[in-house]
Amino acid sequence: MIHRNTLRGLLLGAAMLTPASARAAGETIGFSQIGSESGWRAAETTVTRQSATERGYDLKFADAQQKQENQIRALRSFIAQGVDAILVAPVVATGWDEVLKEARDAEIPVVLLDRTVDAPDDLYLTAVTSDTVHEGVVAGDWLKEAVGDRACNIVELQGTTGSSPAIARKKGFEQSIASAPNLKITRSQTGDFTRAQGKVVMESFLKSEGGANICALYAHNDDMAVGAIQAIKEAGLKPGSDILVVSIDAVPDIHLAIAQGEANATVELTPDMAGPAFDALEAFWKDGTLPPKWIQTESRLYTSADDNQAVYEEKKGLGY
Amino acid sequence: MRHSPRLPLYVTLATFLLALIACVAQFPAMLSWRVAANLLTDNAFLGIVAVGMTFVILSGGIDLSVGSVIAFTSVFLAVLIRDAGIHPLAAFALALGVSTLFGAAMGAIIHHLEMPPFIVTLAGMFLMRGMAYVLSTDSVPVTHEFYGWLQSLYWRAPDGGRFRLIGFLMILTFLLAMLALHRTRFGQNVYALGGSAQTAQLMGVPLARTTIGIYAVSGGLAGFAGIVYSLYTSAGYSLATVGVELDAIAAVVIGGTLLSGGAGFVLGTFFGVLIMGLIQTYIVFDGQLSSWWTKIVIGGLLFAFILLQKVLGWATTARIRPATASAARS
Repeated sequence: MIHRNTLRGLLLGAAMLTPASARAAGETIGFSQIGSESGWRAAETTVTRQSATERGYDLKFADAQQKQENQIRALRSFIAQGVDAILVAPVVATGWDEVLKEARDAEIPVVLLDRTVDAPDDLYLTAVTSDTVHEGVVAGDWLKEAVGDRACNIVELQGTTGSSPAIARKKGFEQSIASAPNLKITRSQTGDFTRAQGKVVMESFLKSEGGANICALYAHNDDMAVGAIQAIKEAGLKPGSDILVVSIDAVPDIHLAIAQGEANATVELTPDMAGPAFDALEAFWKDGTLPPKWIQTESRLYTSADDNQAVYEEKKGLGY
Repeated sequence: MRHSPRLPLYVTLATFLLALIACVAQFPAMLSWRVAANLLTDNAFLGIVAVGMTFVILSGGIDLSVGSVIAFTSVFLAVLIRDAGIHPLAAFALALGVSTLFGAAMGAIIHHLEMPPFIVTLAGMFLMRGMAYVLSTDSVPVTHEFYGWLQSLYWRAPDGGRFRLIGFLMILTFLLAMLALHRTRFGQNVYALGGSAQTAQLMGVPLARTTIGIYAVSGGLAGFAGIVYSLYTSAGYSLATVGVELDAIAAVVIGGTLLSGGAGFVLGTFFGVLIMGLIQTYIVFDGQLSSWWTKIVIGGLLFAFILLQKVLGWATTARIRPATASAARS
């Protein structure tokens, strides 16, 4: 009870701080989140709550604790409650048809966040996701430009074997550097998206290739890059200058590393999936405007040209 | 002068009514056809598996394998229908056969090798989860038109709530279980076995047949819950229903069944399932409470019911003891 009251108090406080221009429409929106398995997801939850408060919505939040049955229950309860819209980050792609049909019959628009589902697309309003192949392309394009004409051997830290972001981020990067014959991936292994594995695998790269023969590191996520930076430093090399470091996600720690000159670039997987979703919903409520079935979030590139210290300060409170 | 064995059942009913009143007082929209329909639909697989768990706990045992059996069955069905191309009804029959045999095999091991049910069914849990992964690590959608037809069978309430087939299947399972427990020899044997295995043997209860039968019922009902889960999501997913065995045990205990066996009713389990569903619905309606409060409240309720059983147990022995003491004196 204490927990709820403090939360309500915080929300109320935040509501009072919002500018007068923010409309207090008071729409109720149900948000079924997968869980809080990663820092990024926790940040997504925080950002969604913040932007709902700014826009004056009443956000009903349900954490599914990684279970689809909990998500379906939450969706049905949202429908029973008669919310004005439902946001859902589906834990798995299958099994949504029946409950989405119930939402459609109750005329409640559903927006998918961050992942899509195997259901006919007339059952939901739109899906807001990032294009993971494009993320790889952005990383590759940056490296091509940074390296220029000189020959460059790249080592790659892959995400969890077989996971869809690992496959897509590899594909996008390879697509991008295919046009530059001077860039070559010499080693590619999985670091399982974790900091510890990123470090271990980078150590083995440095041993087998020799630090002088590695010109750049491409990591499928920032956590592995942070681990690898540690390994590069321990090998007596300078990450960021001896070995260029580019990765994906834009978590706070990598901004700190870029600010300190130990990493070079990161491609942001924005935690603000709800912002575009709310925009689409507002247009839909206003005059029934149907958004495109897929809203792609921006894959923004951060380099040392940005004020990474400021970005770090801004992001560190989001729950990453 | 023993207390009525129905007392825990009445406590469960009272808990459900109080919880319902508390919910409706705060959110009047919770008293609707739609919420009632949701409670039945969303808890159908849990209810069915909790019926099996009631049999097992009544006999003094435990079955930890049921969550894995549900996941296995859902993947098994999806793969059979997609790859073998057989009709869903045939696949249902096969799945029920496999799960019932699996349960019976665990029962046989428990009885003949005199192993604790906890260990045997824990092994069963890992085995079935592993088998589900071997069949497919991805979630496999079921697109057969027969599934579409089964899903289109529902009664639409005035406010748009849908009482689906799977909810009715759960209620039917509860009714059949009541008949089996109170109107058949097997049912009496289950209660006798849970009271005391030695006494049961002296009374002429066939221990082997009863034990194997109980775990076969639990396995078969877990398979049936798997079919229902498969209809619920139109897919098979090896990561599904992790920990549902614990939810089922919680529903049985909140339903007033004695954890040590011998006393309890399936009707109590039904309300145990509904109480758990009600808590989840309340938390979603509130929308600000962390959904982990579900676990905290269920934990609290479990503790209260275990305490209640203990108190009732003391009350009973306290009344019996003077009687035996005086009998010894005479």
